[in-house]
Amino acid sequence: MSSSGEKLNSRTKNIRQRLEGVDLRQNGIFIALLSLVAYFAITTPGHASATPDNWSNLVVQNGYILVLAIGMVMVIIAGHIDLSVGSVAAFIGAVAGILAVRPLEQDGWSWFPALPWWAAILGAISVGAIVGMWQGYWVAYVGIPAFIVTLAGMLLFRGLALMTLQNSNIGPFPTAFRAIGNGFVDKENAIGIKLGLTGLNAMALILTAAGILALLWQSIAVRRGRIKYNQSVEPRTWFFIKAILLSSMMGYVGFQLSRANGIPWTLILLVVLVVIYTIVMKKTTFGRHIYAIGGNLNAAVLSGINVRRVNFWLFVNMGGLAALSGILITARMNSAVPKAGDGFELDAISSVFIGGAAVQGGVGTVTGSIVGGMIQGVLGNGMNLNSVGIDAQMTIKGLVLLFAVAFDVWSKKRTK
Amino acid sequence: MQKITKTFPGVIALADVSLTVKRGEIHAICGENGAGKSTLMKVLSGVYPHGSFEGEIVFENKSISFKNMRDSEHLGIVIIHQELALSPHLSISENIFLNNEIKHRGLIDWNRTNLEAQTLLAKVGLLEDPNTPVNKLGVGKQQPVEIAKALSKKVKLLILDEPTAALNDADSEHLLDLLRQFKSQGMTCIIISHKLSEIAQIADKTTIIRDGRIIETLDMHGDKIDQERIIKGMVGREMNNRYPTRTPSIGKEIFRVENWTVHHPDDSSRIVVDKANIYVNAGEIVGLAGIMGAGRTELARSVFGHSWGSRISGTVYVNGQQVNVKTVRRAIDAGIAYSTEDRKRFGLNLIDDIKRNISLASLDRFVKRGMINANEEYRVGNEYLKSMNIKAPSANSIVGKLSGGNQQKVVLSQWINVNPEILILDEPTRGIDVGAKYEIYTIIQELAAQGKGVLVISSELPELIGICDRIYAIAEGVISGEVSRKDFSPELLMQYMTKAKERTNV
Repeated sequence: MSSSGEKLNSRTKNIRQRLEGVDLRQNGIFIALLSLVAYFAITTPGHASATPDNWSNLVVQNGYILVLAIGMVMVIIAGHIDLSVGSVAAFIGAVAGILAVRPLEQDGWSWFPALPWWAAILGAISVGAIVGMWQGYWVAYVGIPAFIVTLAGMLLFRGLALMTLQNSNIGPFPTAFRAIGNGFVDKENAIGIKLGLTGLNAMALILTAAGILALLWQSIAVRRGRIKYNQSVEPRTWFFIKAILLSSMMGYVGFQLSRANGIPWTLILLVVLVVIYTIVMKKTTFGRHIYAIGGNLNAAVLSGINVRRVNFWLFVNMGGLAALSGILITARMNSAVPKAGDGFELDAISSVFIGGAAVQGGVGTVTGSIVGGMIQGVLGNGMNLNSVGIDAQMTIKGLVLLFAVAFDVWSKKRTK
Repeated sequence: MQKITKTFPGVIALADVSLTVKRGEIHAICGENGAGKSTLMKVLSGVYPHGSFEGEIVFENKSISFKNMRDSEHLGIVIIHQELALSPHLSISENIFLNNEIKHRGLIDWNRTNLEAQTLLAKVGLLEDPNTPVNKLGVGKQQPVEIAKALSKKVKLLILDEPTAALNDADSEHLLDLLRQFKSQGMTCIIISHKLSEIAQIADKTTIIRDGRIIETLDMHGDKIDQERIIKGMVGREMNNRYPTRTPSIGKEIFRVENWTVHHPDDSSRIVVDKANIYVNAGEIVGLAGIMGAGRTELARSVFGHSWGSRISGTVYVNGQQVNVKTVRRAIDAGIAYSTEDRKRFGLNLIDDIKRNISLASLDRFVKRGMINANEEYRVGNEYLKSMNIKAPSANSIVGKLSGGNQQKVVLSQWINVNPEILILDEPTRGIDVGAKYEIYTIIQELAAQGKGVLVISSELPELIGICDRIYAIAEGVISGEVSRKDFSPELLMQYMTKAKERTNV
């Protein structure tokens, strides 16, 4: 009896040793996402959630929330919040409408030409950055809590959106503009046809392969660097399992997308943003200062960090990303509407907290928030396909948010 | 109180303390910072509940055991803490009857409340409308509100912890008068104070406490009890080799502060540091001694990037060059480093790891082409782990899980890595054990040996005497004395530290 107990004991100890260096929380939400995907793939009628078209939809439908989540996690790590992003997205959608479609001739603006799609996008993002400067000024330099400033901004920019749109919609948008929210890379599969591939988008396969290679190369480089400096690394087997798992998942999604219309431009945009902002948060002084401010504001001040400047640029950045989100939703709906972006701020904030950020600040990651956002997206999408009523959907989403954060709090208490 | 022993993890705060206070007397308790005065009073007033300490408390011939402060207040033992515990936005009468509201059928009876508040205010000599919010009153008038609050609880034994620390002379005088008046009405009073002149004026008995033990109880009406006698009791301790030896090699001046004046950030008419002049030479360890609230930390933090205070004036020189210290960044760039007295609140990001805490103030040095080299941070972090003997598995360990001494070494590492000319170390050994203290002293001496200037702020006189080459004393914001090593004596320093500003009463 006792010997078998000992054996069991040593075995659990062995497992625990092997799991050392594995970030359970980050891996935990990832596994939660995988389980959700698997669950819906099995339960949805005709496995609808796993069809190529649905994968495509998932990306395009959630892109604008994920873009917001990237900015939001930075704001939350620094210990602030931004409630205005939905309204800002609507306002910027309206601005983009004016810049790209120009429906204001009745106001005597006939001298103002409709801009080419790229100029309209750049212009709209610049306006978003100016919105961010406005909010950043009040938060950073006047010292009003971000909760108040952005609560005011929520009303303010919704109002400006209504004013700009004069209670109507602006549309339709030029095709090139719409592509960012609705388009696919080489939808016609020109390359595939040249290569004699039909039914599979060759560009999607190529991009997926490139993505997998880049990911593998990057994680090996990081691992090598850590080993070179004698730092602890995840156990080798775990590293390989994770690498294989991640690549096969990416491969699967890429393959499914290639069976549909190919890779959405939104996905390309998202991947680029995730890479850029992960680098910003992990490898630049700006990112480090954000963590330091959220971790201990006083210590950050006494370490010579210009807290005001960091806070100001945080909100400028959030404004720019909110603008991008507004452009995505406008492009996708092919119309700038006054109600656009309603409730986006709440989805973005929940994504961040499901993704492991701490309410007190100082903790959180870009990838975590993306996974948090995907969990919500997959949940909503799957429940829709299962024809779950909107009432039950809201209830479930609320409980998921609550329990995700409660799990965090409990696990923290236990380690203390 | 009999044989009270109270321990905190790793520290014995009180050892076998017995104290007798007679009805109707004013009993003063003196001792250095950290001697155990406040702990003793917290035991007596039920802040530390019965069972968390050993020993017995006898009040009015009955052995008592408090579960919390409410129990002790019920018996008439009330403590007024150093930091006033008034709710700033509530009115005087709301504060007086907080958690003790006068109710009529479950609702607060405001008319009676205000009436009673008025009679209480009259007793403490405060002529204010009881509906005035407390934050509209000056500090000098808030103290009487606290006392009125105590009176409302039918207080028999009043404990005052540093009641006059934040008061000006007139308000202090008024408070002492009040205490005398209460005494004549038969109230018993225990007062903790650093201001020896006050104690000499008012106390019937004085108990001196040092290192958690009662040293002696002096009858203040007996003969030949003066301030010197009390000081002797407070500091007289043996000094064995708790400090590493060294032969200083002192170079030319490296740091100078001239005519430094700082006002309080919330009350810009209150002068906290008054025309201070200090200098530090290369390779020299200079102490800054003062009781709490004397302006030590305020001086240091205002020099370090104006990170405390308002209306700051004066000049700072590093290596003979006048430098701009208006922001922390500029102060660091000028070669000044400051490690805080409160590492948890002001020094460390406790949820982050060692390497990133160390690199924070010198992050630019780890950046290549816009990117932080995390591996390089790890390497440097591990070097400090070794050189400072920080006990942790690796530089990736979370700082919040380290012991106080190791956390302090992380703070020091952060500032050493900035490679400053002058390090201002505020209470570098607060709350850490003896072994770690010794290591910190060694580190300080190494820094001096490398030709840096070190300014050490400490409440522990023996520590300053043990490691410094020269000590400034600061009292009520004024540099009240400068003593070089050959003249070091605790008595002399304590005299400077308790030197009151010259009274300007007309």
